[in-house]
Amino acid sequence: MNTGIDVPQIQRFGALYIASARLKSMSKWKAIIAAVDIGNPLFYLIAVGIGIGVLVEQGSGTSGTNGIKYIAFIAPALLASTAITGVMDETVFPTIEGFKWRKLFFAQNATPITGRQIAIGVYLAAICRAIFSVSIYYILLLAFNVVDFGVSALLVPVAIFGGAAFGAVILFAAAKIEKDDQFFNILGRLVIMPMFLFSGTFFPLSSMPIYLQPIGWVSPLWHATELGREAAYDYGISNVMVIVHLIFLSTLVAAGIVLAMRQFERRLAK
Amino acid sequence: MSKPLISVRGLTKVFGDFTAVDGIDFDVAKGESFGLLGPNGAGKSTTMRILAATSTRTSGTVEILDKDPEKFGPLVRAHLGVVPQQDNLDGELTVSENLYIYGRYFGLSKKFIKAKIEELLEFAQLEEKRDVKVEALSGGMKRRLTIARGLVSEPDILLLDEPTTGLDPQARHILWDRLFRLKEQGVTLVLTTHFMDEAEQLCDRLVVMDKGAIMAEGTPQGLIKEYSSKEVLEVRFGSDRNKEVAPQLSQMCERMETLPDRILMYTEDGEKLLEQIAAAKMHPTTSLVRRSSLEDVFLRLTGRTLIE
Repeated sequence: MNTGIDVPQIQRFGALYIASARLKSMSKWKAIIAAVDIGNPLFYLIAVGIGIGVLVEQGSGTSGTNGIKYIAFIAPALLASTAITGVMDETVFPTIEGFKWRKLFFAQNATPITGRQIAIGVYLAAICRAIFSVSIYYILLLAFNVVDFGVSALLVPVAIFGGAAFGAVILFAAAKIEKDDQFFNILGRLVIMPMFLFSGTFFPLSSMPIYLQPIGWVSPLWHATELGREAAYDYGISNVMVIVHLIFLSTLVAAGIVLAMRQFERRLAK
Repeated sequence: MSKPLISVRGLTKVFGDFTAVDGIDFDVAKGESFGLLGPNGAGKSTTMRILAATSTRTSGTVEILDKDPEKFGPLVRAHLGVVPQQDNLDGELTVSENLYIYGRYFGLSKKFIKAKIEELLEFAQLEEKRDVKVEALSGGMKRRLTIARGLVSEPDILLLDEPTTGLDPQARHILWDRLFRLKEQGVTLVLTTHFMDEAEQLCDRLVVMDKGAIMAEGTPQGLIKEYSSKEVLEVRFGSDRNKEVAPQLSQMCERMETLPDRILMYTEDGEKLLEQIAAAKMHPTTSLVRRSSLEDVFLRLTGRTLIE
């Protein structure tokens, strides 16, 4: 009989054990993750900085973007969407894999680790990925002279906060999925793509007709982007709106996590 | 007798309008090797998931090491090793990484796990595969690794769900040998199987399950003695003639079962019975005398074969 098992300690730190196992799995893909996280921003910064940005500024100067250079205007959105896709990759795949493909969660749950701890562990590891991706992106923004070092560093935590908000909800959704056939198609094309296009990413939300603006209102990307612009460039949004953005994102984090923990626990106990 | 490690009373599990486990009772003593024998769908795996302190029950009581697994899941699981029916190893990690990470889930120290890995690799005969990705292992190796993983925390009870299903005969024999060693070391084993030879080899005591209920309980030899005759004569007359000759044959033995491909005749002396058949001028195309097995017990109890 093994008397060296300290159950209260596992109850305190179990989520961290899961997170560190997830990071170990991710480290097997470090070359690909690094290539994606460096390549993707490079393509954007070159295409937008040299191409689209120049075109926009020739057309209307910086009057449509509250006096901010176009590439700097979209930078907070690019960072937030990087956080969102990073967190999504590291929650959706591991969750469906854990419940369905390899059933790793069932192996983890056969130890003193609980379903709730597995949910938190997967989430924490996904946030680590977002921190990595967003930091690299921010360094490239500095290198391309898009932002000046200083207060713009606030863009990093704000973007991660946006990723965390979306990630909590998607973690719950992925745990809910029993049939994964079309899930990735629907998620990629009907959720992520419209969110990216209609969340005030490339133009202020207010320049869209009012009936399209609700897409932005419910999108964590819009809230994170607006917060980022305000934090980094004094974009000129009201304090009330800053609070609204913070409350919206916090609510998604809290609600998503609570629902995800419950869903993990239920599905493992069937 | 000391208090049992596992005590189950009136255990019932209902999924919607399907009753998977229907009011079963059993105890498992320390150091015992206990089996649940039955066909697919008998409720064995559902029972195992409840014993593993992961699945909830609909009614009844379960005590494992004096605790209700539903109320004290993590505490109970700290003392269990679980080998599920389907290997759920992390294919992207190596053999030793899988063992290491699993040990960490029990909060074990790095030093303890490192030493344990050496012992388990030897036990599972996987020393040369320690740095190989799990994806590249054969089915038998994966199975042995899953068992080794279940032992990383030195559990009091090892739960094995269909440990050799899907393995070729050689891999099964290696596995049986490993499990037999654990039994000798005094590890309490609870296993499910639909192979009667596996149950006979590994179980000190077993229950025969069908449709969620326990049909009989005892030692393999005791069950055979109680529900079957000493020997069985298997005769084949060809699929068309089997039915024709059945009425005549049934008068020659205590009990008879007519299967699609052969007739089983239960008797104390198979050779003598075969001589009688020959004397009656009936000539089976093939015949075989063997001793009774748990398969015959199951057939007697349920009217069906274990593997359908």
